[in-house]
Formats: sequence, C-alpha cells, structure tokens
Amino acid sequence: MAIMNSGITILSQPETRAAALAVFDKTSQAHAQSYFRKASLGIIAFAAAVAVATHVSQFDLARLITGLPRIGDFLSGMVPKLTADNLWADLVYWYWGLDKWLYLLWTTLMMALFGTVAGTTLGAIFSLFAARNLGAPPWAVFFVKRMLEIARTVPDLVFALVFLFAFGLGPLAGVLAIALHTLGAQGKLFAEVNENVDMRPLEGVRACGGSWLDEMTVGLLPQVLPNYISYTFWRFEINVRSATIIGFVGAGGIGMELYEAISLSYFDDAGAILLLVFITVMLIDIASEALRTKISNVRAVT
Amino acid sequence: MSAFDITTALDDSAVKRLEAAIAPDWRLRALRWAYGLGFMAFMIYAAYVSEVLSPKLFIGLPKLGDALWLMLQPSGFNYLPEFLWALCETIAMAFLGTLLGAIVALFLAIFCARTTFPLAAFRFGFRRFADGLRTFDHLIWALVFVRAIGLGPLAGILAIALVDAGTLAKLYSEAIDNSDPKPVEGVRASGGSWLDGLRIGLLPQVLPNILSSTLYMWESNTRSATILGIVGAGGIGYQLADRLRVYEFGQASLMIIMIIAAVYLIDMLSGWLRRMLIGRTSR
Repeated sequence: MAIMNSGITILSQPETRAAALAVFDKTSQAHAQSYFRKASLGIIAFAAAVAVATHVSQFDLARLITGLPRIGDFLSGMVPKLTADNLWADLVYWYWGLDKWLYLLWTTLMMALFGTVAGTTLGAIFSLFAARNLGAPPWAVFFVKRMLEIARTVPDLVFALVFLFAFGLGPLAGVLAIALHTLGAQGKLFAEVNENVDMRPLEGVRACGGSWLDEMTVGLLPQVLPNYISYTFWRFEINVRSATIIGFVGAGGIGMELYEAISLSYFDDAGAILLLVFITVMLIDIASEALRTKISNVRAVT
Repeated sequence: MSAFDITTALDDSAVKRLEAAIAPDWRLRALRWAYGLGFMAFMIYAAYVSEVLSPKLFIGLPKLGDALWLMLQPSGFNYLPEFLWALCETIAMAFLGTLLGAIVALFLAIFCARTTFPLAAFRFGFRRFADGLRTFDHLIWALVFVRAIGLGPLAGILAIALVDAGTLAKLYSEAIDNSDPKPVEGVRASGGSWLDGLRIGLLPQVLPNILSSTLYMWESNTRSATILGIVGAGGIGYQLADRLRVYEFGQASLMIIMIIAAVYLIDMLSGWLRRMLIGRTSR
C-alpha cells in the first residue's frame, strides 16, 4: 500500500513524473531487447540444427519428390483388384495364406503375452530393490537402477539379435528380448510408484511383527496394484507392436513373413498381412483399454 | 457398576452372525483359485508356443554366457569415427523426422479436434487416419520406404515423420480439445478471421502442451531411430546389426554404450529445452 501511494505521488508531481517515465521506458526497452536477443539466438540455433541435420542425414528434397510416386505405386499395389461381383473369390485369392498367417499372428500374440507377464513379474521384484524407501541399501538401489536403465534403453531388437546367436532362429529369442526390455521399463515405472506410497501401512505391519515379505505383500501391494495393472496393460499394447516386428531379424512371429513379403516385393501379400496386423492391433488396443479402465477403476474404489 | 462382559452383551444368535461374517467365503476362494490356475495354464501354453519350454533354452544358455562375456570387453576403437558419424546420422534422423512429423501433425490436429473442426463425420475420418498412421511400428514404414526410395537415412526420416504425424496429431488435438473456447470466440466476435482466432485465441493456450509432447516424442524417436538401420534406413542401427550378425560382440557393445550415452544426452538436452521454453511461455 505504502509503495503504491508513493508511486501515485511520484506520478502526480510533474518533475518526478518525467524521471519515472524515463526509468520505465529504459527498463521496458531493456526487457524487449533481451527478449529479442534470446529469441533470435534461439531461432539461429534452431536453423543451424536443421541445417546440420539436413547435411548429416543427406536429406534431399529432389529424391523425396521423385520417390513419392513409387511410394504411391507400392501402397496401391498392396490391395489387389477387388471386383464387386466376384468379391469373395477375390478375397480368398488375396488371402491364400490365411491359415499360416493367422497361426503366426497367434504366435505373435502369445510372445507378447508371455514377454509382458514374465518381464512384468521380474520387473515388479526388481522394483522393490530400485526404490529408495523399501529398505534396500543405497548402493543396491543405485546398481539395480542402472541395470534397469540399460535394459530399457537398449532396443528389444538388439537384444533379439544377441539372443539369436545363443538360441537360433525362432520365437524364443524374440520372447526373451521382449521380456528383458519389459523388465527394464516396468522396473523403472514400478520403482517410481513404490517410492510414492504411504509408508504408514508398512510401518503398521512391521509394528505387528510382520517380516519384510509381509510388509511388501500386505502393506505395499494393495497400494500399488492399480498402478501396476494399468502399466501392465499399457505395456502389453506396446509389446504386441514390438512382437510384430521382432520377426524382421528372424526372432519369430508374423514379422518374418512380413519382412519377406516386403523385401521380395510381394506387395499384395504385404498388404494382406498388414491389414491383419492392423485389425489385430486395433482389437487388442480396444479390449486392453476397456479392461484397463474397468479393473483400475474397481481397484481404486475398493 | 460391573465391568463390561462380552458374553452378556452377545447372545448366541449374534455370535453366530459374527462368525458367519468373518468366515472365509469358500465359493469366492474357489473362484479365485480357478481364475489363477486357468491363467497359469494359459501362460504355460503361451510359453510353449513361444518356445520358452523347450530344450533350446538350456542348450543356448552357455552360448549366451559367451556372448555376454565378449560384450563386457568393448573393442573396435579404431572404428570410432565411423560409429560416431553413424550415431550423428541417427540423431539427425530423429530430429528431422520429429520436426516434419510435428509440422504435418499441426495441420492434421486442427481437423481432428472438436473445437476447431465442427464436421463430425469428416473429423471421425481424420482421427481414424491418424490412428492408422500410429498402428504400425516405425520399422514397418521404414522397410516400405527403403523398398520405395532406396537405402539411407531419408527412408528413416520419412518413417519417423509418418508415425509421429499420427501420434502428435492425437496429442495436439487432445490439447486443443481441452482448451478454453472463449478466447477464440472473443477474437472472432471482435472481427478476427478464423485464422486470427487460432493464432491469437488458441495458440497461446496450447503451445506449452504442444512443445512438451513434441520434446517427448523427440526423446522417444532418438531411441527408435537407433534400430531403423536394421532394415537399411540409415544410422547406427545398420552398423550394429551388421556387427551382431557376424558375432562381433565387442564392437556391438561399444556401439550400445555410445547409444546409451547419446540417449542420455538427448534426454538432458530435451529437459533443458523444456525448462527454457515452457518456463518462458507459461509466465
């Protein structure tokens, strides 16, 4: 109030008013200048980054424009001629490999499912030692966190390539790679959930003479389960997508077939498989989202 | 006054009711066990289909040990300049791909959002289109583009841009839908055009959200871009898959360490940019 009153007196006196306005002009100008400097610096840095990236990645607009029609050809080649009066026969002809593809798609889903469940279970166990508040010594927390970070940052395809050396072609390498990547991702997310729990139930269990395991199952688990479940469904959706492409390197599932179809230019086969994958992924997403909201809402209320 | 005696307070029927209330519900327990066992059986089936329950696992374990032992000794330091260049290519791919995807997504999002595009039927179509772009992994698009326009980072950039256009269009349109329509109405009411409404009424509201999700996608794309080379779409993935296919685990391990370091650096840079940009716009 006092400052405001003095401000009004300064502005009402003609001699002090001119000086005050001069100070105002100067500071606002300085602000505008510093903003302009920062903004132009940002724009220059951004433009430089774009220029360097364009150079490094050999981004060539001419090549892109000449390539566009070929992308169009490719995409239109994916759907064969379907005639209205002979639609069923055309579809049967297009989906000549349906039995094989459906079986591979089923394998893909099973890989995603087992990878998710195995990785999540192990991740949940590791997350107990990656949280600072659950009694693990600080060096162990640091160590486990770094291991989880590595498992999360290395893409599952790279793990798959390593496992291919050990286990040979087939779904085993793929499912282990998915499980390992899931272990890292879930371990990190679950550890964050663990660190945010209310510690009083755990203290209560300990005060009644419960062991560390009792603390985890009776004190911790009911608090974190809704979050765990919702993360697990979300991870399953991601892993279904991963499992469809992990076959690109020979690690099982529909990806092997898709890779062959695209790289050998069997466009209509590629289109047929992509459509199957699209429908499956959509259905899984819808079902998983419905289950996720239903289960985590129910758990959150009780 | 005599002490409160629980036996006088409860007659027989009350005791029975109490006991019934805390007695285990056998039907519920049986149902839980049935669900649990059914799930276990299905998991065993899933493990069988994915070949986890096969002798291959035990035969392969010693070989896996060999590979891990070799990976603990990074080698091939004389290839370091080559690897570094490939890593820069990967980072550049992720950057340009995210940028292109974000530009496309901005236009797409306007047609996907309720507040900016009132024609419900067309909006539904645009949303499904964005979903469709998102459904397939980067790697599938990358493979298609490698076939169509040839080997190299351009295919990777396009693959990242396409998936990002779908993902970011969804995130942007959600941000637009959650914005307050009143500033836009105000601009229109005082004689502004449709475009003025977007620029002055909408953009200041959604910009922090848009920047934040774009930076997030940039981080995520840097991780994805490291493997696009496996199908020939440029970057360090090509070298990595190449070395792993001939079992040069030492060199592969060096590249993996470089990738982890690069991802860490990009995450830090993105976090710094987020604080700089969004700290300023929200003030």
